[in-house]
Amino acid sequence: MKLTLKIWRQENATAKGKMVDYNIDGIDGDMSFLEMLDVLNEELVNKGEQPVEFDHDCREGICGSCSLQINGEPHGPDKFITTCQLHMRTFKDGDTIVIEPFRAKAFPVIKDLIVDRTAFDRIQQAYGYISVNTSGNTIDANTIPIEKENADDSFNAATCIGCGACVAACKNASAMLFTSAKVSQFALLPQGEVEADRRVLAMVEQMDKEGFGNCSNTGACELECPKGISLENIARMNREYLKASVK
Amino acid sequence: MSILDSKIPKGPLEDKWSNYKNNINLVNPANKRNIDVIVIGTGLAGGSAAATLAELGYNVKTFCYQDSPRRAHSIAAQGGINAAKNYQGDGDSNYRLFYDTVKGGDYRSREGNVYRLAEVSGNIIDQCVAQGVPFAREYGGMLDNRSFGGVLVSRTFYAKGQTGQQLLLGAYSAMNRQINRGKIQAFNRHEMMDVVLVDGKARGIIARDMLTGEIERHSAHAVVLASGGYGNVFYLSTNAMGSNVMAAWRAHRRGAFFANPCYTQIHPTCIPVSGDHQSKLTLMSESLRNDGRIWVPKTKEDAEAIRAGKKKPTDLSEDERDYYLERRYPAFGNLVPRDVASRAAKERCDAGFGVNKTGEAVYLDFASAIERYGKEEAFTAGHKNPSKEEIIKLGKGVVESKYGNLFQMYEKIVDQNPYKTPMMIYPAVHYTMGGLWVDYNLQTTIPGCYATGEANFSDHGANRLGASALMQGLADGYFVLPYTIGDYLAQDISTGKIPTDTSEFDSAEKEVSDRINRLMNAGGQHSVDFYHKKLGKIMWNKCGMSRNAVDLKEAINEIAELREDFWKNVKIPGSADTKNAELEKAGRVADFLELGELFAKDALHREESCGGHFREEHQTPDGEALRDDENFKYAAAWEYTGKPSDAILHKEELIFENIELKTRSYK
Amino acid sequence: MGGLLKSSVAKKFAMALSGLFLVLFLAQHFTINLTSVISPDTFNSWSHFMGTNILVQGILQPILIFGVVFHFIMGFVLEIQNRNARAKSYVSYNGSANSSWMSRNMIYSGAVVLAFLGLHFYDFWVPELVHKYIESHPEDATRYYGELVAKFVSPVRTGLYVVSFVFLMLHLLHGFSSSFQSMGVNNKYSEGIRKFTVGYAIIIPLGFIFIAVFHYFNNL
Repeated sequence: MKLTLKIWRQENATAKGKMVDYNIDGIDGDMSFLEMLDVLNEELVNKGEQPVEFDHDCREGICGSCSLQINGEPHGPDKFITTCQLHMRTFKDGDTIVIEPFRAKAFPVIKDLIVDRTAFDRIQQAYGYISVNTSGNTIDANTIPIEKENADDSFNAATCIGCGACVAACKNASAMLFTSAKVSQFALLPQGEVEADRRVLAMVEQMDKEGFGNCSNTGACELECPKGISLENIARMNREYLKASVK
Repeated sequence: MSILDSKIPKGPLEDKWSNYKNNINLVNPANKRNIDVIVIGTGLAGGSAAATLAELGYNVKTFCYQDSPRRAHSIAAQGGINAAKNYQGDGDSNYRLFYDTVKGGDYRSREGNVYRLAEVSGNIIDQCVAQGVPFAREYGGMLDNRSFGGVLVSRTFYAKGQTGQQLLLGAYSAMNRQINRGKIQAFNRHEMMDVVLVDGKARGIIARDMLTGEIERHSAHAVVLASGGYGNVFYLSTNAMGSNVMAAWRAHRRGAFFANPCYTQIHPTCIPVSGDHQSKLTLMSESLRNDGRIWVPKTKEDAEAIRAGKKKPTDLSEDERDYYLERRYPAFGNLVPRDVASRAAKERCDAGFGVNKTGEAVYLDFASAIERYGKEEAFTAGHKNPSKEEIIKLGKGVVESKYGNLFQMYEKIVDQNPYKTPMMIYPAVHYTMGGLWVDYNLQTTIPGCYATGEANFSDHGANRLGASALMQGLADGYFVLPYTIGDYLAQDISTGKIPTDTSEFDSAEKEVSDRINRLMNAGGQHSVDFYHKKLGKIMWNKCGMSRNAVDLKEAINEIAELREDFWKNVKIPGSADTKNAELEKAGRVADFLELGELFAKDALHREESCGGHFREEHQTPDGEALRDDENFKYAAAWEYTGKPSDAILHKEELIFENIELKTRSYK
Repeated sequence: MGGLLKSSVAKKFAMALSGLFLVLFLAQHFTINLTSVISPDTFNSWSHFMGTNILVQGILQPILIFGVVFHFIMGFVLEIQNRNARAKSYVSYNGSANSSWMSRNMIYSGAVVLAFLGLHFYDFWVPELVHKYIESHPEDATRYYGELVAKFVSPVRTGLYVVSFVFLMLHLLHGFSSSFQSMGVNNKYSEGIRKFTVGYAIIIPLGFIFIAVFHYFNNL
């Protein structure tokens, strides 16, 4: 099929950047969206032009590297997948596709479609963990039984891949779904409960410091999350936060 | 005698590790503050090592090419992690895990290392649970286990189909704790370009900041390479796009021996290649073979008709199908180990029975599982005479609850409904058992340079069992390396900070810059991918699932020619002092073009078939692998001399005192 | 309190709490207004009570005013922060693919309601203050119904009221259930809560519209 691509090109973090049009032909429905961009880049390299830079790595929907805003939606029109799992058969011959980087003040553009998502790392570095030594000498894994439902909820929260689609989709560029997923994962486990108060206060503080917006419960994050992380996690974080604040 | 000293401690197998720990040198906490360690790669092996080293008190610098340590490709591991906990009370023990691993590796791994791995495996689970890794649990609140890849016990711990992700996030959060304490400095979007040796010891690295293109010097008292495997030498693999051999290969060029490069695991259940633009292959979990039956048409006419789209797989009756695994291996059937299943699929497709457009796919069929489960469900629900539709509906429900996410993933990629028509699968490169040669301390032949996880060669011999890679990565990182490295670092307590303004760093940096300049200024004919794809074709066709001397010799020459052409004619637009994905790829492909040649040389020299390495000249009359323990019971460690095919072979004889060598049979 | 409201989560909690308070007030307001359709006498006597009771006037009214002012100031503060969180906007943004119009446009529906409040104060509260404190008329417990009905003679005013109530409905459709989420309530009762809030968000504004239109036609 034949497509028109409108792609955000930006030389570096300080450059102004603009949308550039590309025409591409010979795209097969079985190709993934990133393979379509590979084809474009191969053409650009052969013409001696600079290929479009974009983040990607595992190409199987789990590393969380890929991060494109496609026709106004993070990871494109399909739900519960990442860009690397989006296939070209979703589009029709002659379509125009707008490709932009994820936009948020806390995710500055590095080059073309690559953004800096280290704000997420810093949120997790703010006590987004259980303070346990890793050099051995812990108790046996089965010493503390954990209710299956809590273990499953904790797992579901922990499936977050840190891609940033929640921020990209949110009209407020809020990182609450991401932060709350991590808060929830630990709050639901007896091992994590011990320092739950300190954790939620510190993580929320860091999240605010990074310049993410506030949650206004539009639910866009949940629908655009490739892993379907639930809004229940945000409610849980709110609860945990209020509980910790009044202590 | 070989110059390779594996440093396996003396004494009975089960006491080796504890006796050894009791007697090695330690560094006292105050001195650890004066010692720097560099860790390359932040997957399970690197992330866990960095966290524990920092916790012990060393100053750690981590490097990864991704934008965050959390994105290392360990994250993609699906099935689970083995540990000899014996929670199920089914007779598991450290010895059994040790035995299964050595046998599964076709008796080409080192007893001492593997036993230690089994010994610490239980600790890993304790550790991860304490860190908040949400493993699957039973209703009683205890950890659940599943069974995996042909072993006789249930010892695999899992978190749905995302075990690797959960374990990696555990290691990453342990890292974060140390980053927050200032004990780890994380250099993300940095690529290690070379290791720097001072007086023969690894004392630092040259790294490239992938955003600014700046070439940086980092010194340390020891360098740990946890940079993963080299499956991408085949271009198409289940590895991440960025997975590469650069760190290991640079160390190899500086004196670290590379062991058993030809041991590659080709995983039997991957989604087949769909076209020329394919960039990556996707794995379908091994667990599918529990319920799926693998087949191809019995006649070539039917296979051709299917390829041409004139017939559908569902048109073929039972006796028009060849369930070739069940036919060849009646005892194990569809559950033979990975290497055996892969070869059998290739054999059928090469004989002209493949079922997709390119003739490189076989069917994985769930119809009979759906029917079986449907009947069971109907019976349980009290339906005496269920209709066929009813059975299929009930059966689909069961299959969906077991494999729903995999079926959905398949449908997304292939655009076919696997509940209605059989899946198509084909083997793909998945894991590399070979890697840098290391001793019992995980130290390479360069003093002060260590290798852990998939980057080393140690524990899996010629074939890795399912759910063992995660175990090895974390065992090395959390429990082995942080101790053994102390034995070496104990000599460095009064060394002081290693300066980076020395001639050794000067010349290493210059070499790196020159190399980048050469790449940027090459002839400009073809893209990097052009060369990578060509290399992949050579590797797959001539060093793939089945190898012979003629092909391997050709491969060595073809790769050497391709490499020469690459350096002359590769085309990289843009500049080196900015983010430049083409330049990054070029550096990696340049090293693959050297590794590939050594790979073929190793495969050529190993005149036997073992595990993932199958030589057509060495097979039984009915086409099974024929091992040669008399002549090849050793690890082949190659020393770099300038040209990969001129590498010098050093043999580490493998000694089996606790296991009797047997022929693996699955009939 | 400034410190307490520093964090995003606390702000949202305060926003939800003030919103819920206003929702409760609406119910009360609606109940009294409804009596104007049924029985002018009841309407007069309830209105008289509300207008003269010291507890209502001295305590509840200031709290209400504070609640209204807080809710809209905080609404604007959050909106500004949220806009700043995305310095550069998308060329193409397909919000309807993942969220409702109401949830994305609370600031606009809220602004319309705020403007309406201006009109409403101008219509009722300002004359009330003038009546009570500036011109210092003597107490008259029967004046309220007449004053109410007189306002709905104008088709323009009635129209403005109706339009405003539609925006109130849009605001409530998202805001009411959203406040529970902000306060951390998301559990097995949430679906029930959501249904209730949607019902409330539709019925109350429709009721207000009914009252306004009723008086308009009664005046004809």
